[in-house]
Amino acid sequence: MAASSAYEAVIGLEVHTQLLTRSKIFCGCANAFGAPPNHHVCPVCMGMPGVLPVFNRRVLELTIRVGLTAHSQIAERSVFARKNYFYPDLPKGYQISQYERPLCVGGYIEVPGADGAPRKIRLTRIHIEEDAGKNIHRPEASLVDFNRSGAPLLEIVSEPDLHSAEEAAAYLRELRAMLRYLEVSDGNMEEGSFRCDANVSVRPRGASELGAKTEIKNLNSFKFVEKAINHEIARQTAVLQAGGKVEQQTHLWDAEREETRPMRSKEYAHDYRYFPEPDLPELQAPPGLVEAIRAQTPEVPSARRARYARDFGLSAYAIEVLTQEREVGDYFEALIKAGVHHKAAANWTMSEVLRAANASDQPLIRAIPAAAQTATLLKLVEQNRISLNGAKTAFAAMCKSGQDAAATVSALGLAQVSDEAAIAEACDLVLSTETDKVAEYRAGHEKLFGFFVGRVMKTTQGKANPKVVNEVLKRKLAP
Amino acid sequence: MPVRMAETKIGLDGVRHVARLARLELDAEQEARLQHDLSAILEYIEKLNELDLGGVEPTAQVGEAGTPMRDDVVTNQPAAEAALANAPAREGFWFKVPKIIE
Repeated sequence: MAASSAYEAVIGLEVHTQLLTRSKIFCGCANAFGAPPNHHVCPVCMGMPGVLPVFNRRVLELTIRVGLTAHSQIAERSVFARKNYFYPDLPKGYQISQYERPLCVGGYIEVPGADGAPRKIRLTRIHIEEDAGKNIHRPEASLVDFNRSGAPLLEIVSEPDLHSAEEAAAYLRELRAMLRYLEVSDGNMEEGSFRCDANVSVRPRGASELGAKTEIKNLNSFKFVEKAINHEIARQTAVLQAGGKVEQQTHLWDAEREETRPMRSKEYAHDYRYFPEPDLPELQAPPGLVEAIRAQTPEVPSARRARYARDFGLSAYAIEVLTQEREVGDYFEALIKAGVHHKAAANWTMSEVLRAANASDQPLIRAIPAAAQTATLLKLVEQNRISLNGAKTAFAAMCKSGQDAAATVSALGLAQVSDEAAIAEACDLVLSTETDKVAEYRAGHEKLFGFFVGRVMKTTQGKANPKVVNEVLKRKLAP
Repeated sequence: MPVRMAETKIGLDGVRHVARLARLELDAEQEARLQHDLSAILEYIEKLNELDLGGVEPTAQVGEAGTPMRDDVVTNQPAAEAALANAPAREGFWFKVPKIIE
C-alpha cells in the first residue's frame, strides 16, 4: 500500500519475548513448551491463596544482557507491580509486572535502513513480567492450561520512531536476531515466544502532534505485522481524508480475513490499577553483576555486520544473509578458521550450507557436516583434486550420511584426474574418432573447441580436471 | 457512623467504577457504605501530606532491601492430577470454565 503522501504513519511496537530459562520466573516449575496441559504447574503459578513468589536470578541476568546490548540504562533498583485484570488465563487476578520503575530505561536498537545505513530506533523501556496461561475456546465452554502461566517474559517497548510497515518489520527482525544471538530467547513466533503488538497512528505530514492511535494485537508472524500495519495505515488515512476522526481503539488482527477489527471498548481496558507488588521487595542487582554481564555479552548482529564489512569486504547482501542467524555466521567463520579463503567460505555458506539447512528440520549444527569436514572438501577443490560440482555432490551426501569428506569423495569416485598422461590418452581417443571435426577446427571453426572438451569430459566420466583438458587439447589441436 | 457527605473524597461514580473493575455488584446501601469507608481511607492517607518528605526517596516497601532470589533450577515435578483434583470441571488435562465471550 502506498500511503497518501499528505499523511505519515507513526508506529511504535511492544514486543513480548519469553526468556530461555529452565524454570519459571517465580516458582520451580519447568519453563517448557509442548507439555500436555497443566503439567508444569504448582500452587504458585496457579495463583492459590497464600503462596509467595520467589524471583529467578537468571531472569535478572538475561534482562540485563538485553538492556546492555540495547544501550539502556540499567536501574540499580527496580520495582515489581501488580497489573490487575480479570481473565481466566490469569489465576491470581493480577499479573506481576513492572510499571513505574522498570529494570531497563531508554536505549536504542540499530536497524539497517532501506539505504543500508543503520538507523537508531529508540526504546522506551524493557521490563520483566510473568506470562499468563492459555485459553482455547469451544462452542460450549472455554479450556484453560497454566503451563505458560509464570513463564518469564520481557516486554520491550519502542518509541514511535517507525514510519512504515517495512521499517517495523525490519526492526522486529533485528530485535529477534539480537535476542537469538544473545541466547535470551528462541524468538519462535509460532510457539508464541516472540509476540508483537503495534501502536499505529496517522497524522498530516509535518505535524508534530501524534494522531489517535490504534493498538493492534495478535501479530504472530512478520508477514502479519506488515499486512496489519499497512491495512491500519490505509484505514486511518481514509478516515482522515474523509474528514473523520480516528477513534482510540484496540484492534485484533484477523489473519483469515486479512483485516483488523475493534476488540473491546477502551473505557475499562486500560484501567489496570497498578500498585507495587507487596510480596516482592524491590529488585536490586548484586554489586558487580552488571559489569560481569557486560564482560560476557556475546557479539550482536550490528557488530558482526560491521566486522564482516571491515575484515572481509563482503557485499551488503552477503553480510545480511550471513548474519541473520548466529549459527550461519558462526559456520562461515569456522570455515575461515579451518583455512578456507573468506570468499569461498562465504559463497559456500550462502549456497550449499543454507540450502541443506533449510531442507532439514534439524538445527543447522546437526543438519550439515562439521566445518572441518567442509573445509577439507573445499581444500580439495582448491587443489584441483575434485571439481566444484563434485564438492557439491559430496557435501549433499555428507549431510545425509554423516561420513567424512575423504571417505565420501573416494566412495563416490569424485577424485578428479589431473594426471596429464591419462588425460592425453583420453584426448587422443576423442580426436582419433572425430577426424572430420578436427579438420573443421583446424580450418578455422574454433567454436568446436568446446565440443572436444565436452567429449573428453564424457570419456572420463567428468573426472578429468577441465583446466588440464584445455591445455592438452590446445596443444594437440594446434596446427 | 453517619456518612459525612461534605467530606467524601470519592464520589458515587468513583465507587461504581472501582466496583465494576473488581467485578462487584453493589446495592445502593453498600455503595454508600463503601463511599464512606473509601473516603475515610483516602483521608487517612492524606495525612502523609502533612509530612515534609522533600529529602526522602520514594519507596514501595519497608523492611528487606532487595528481593531474595533463587537459582534457575526446576524443582517441581509434573503434577497435572494434583492440579486438577479440585477442578469443578475438566476436559482431559484442561480446566473447563464457562465460555469466555470477548
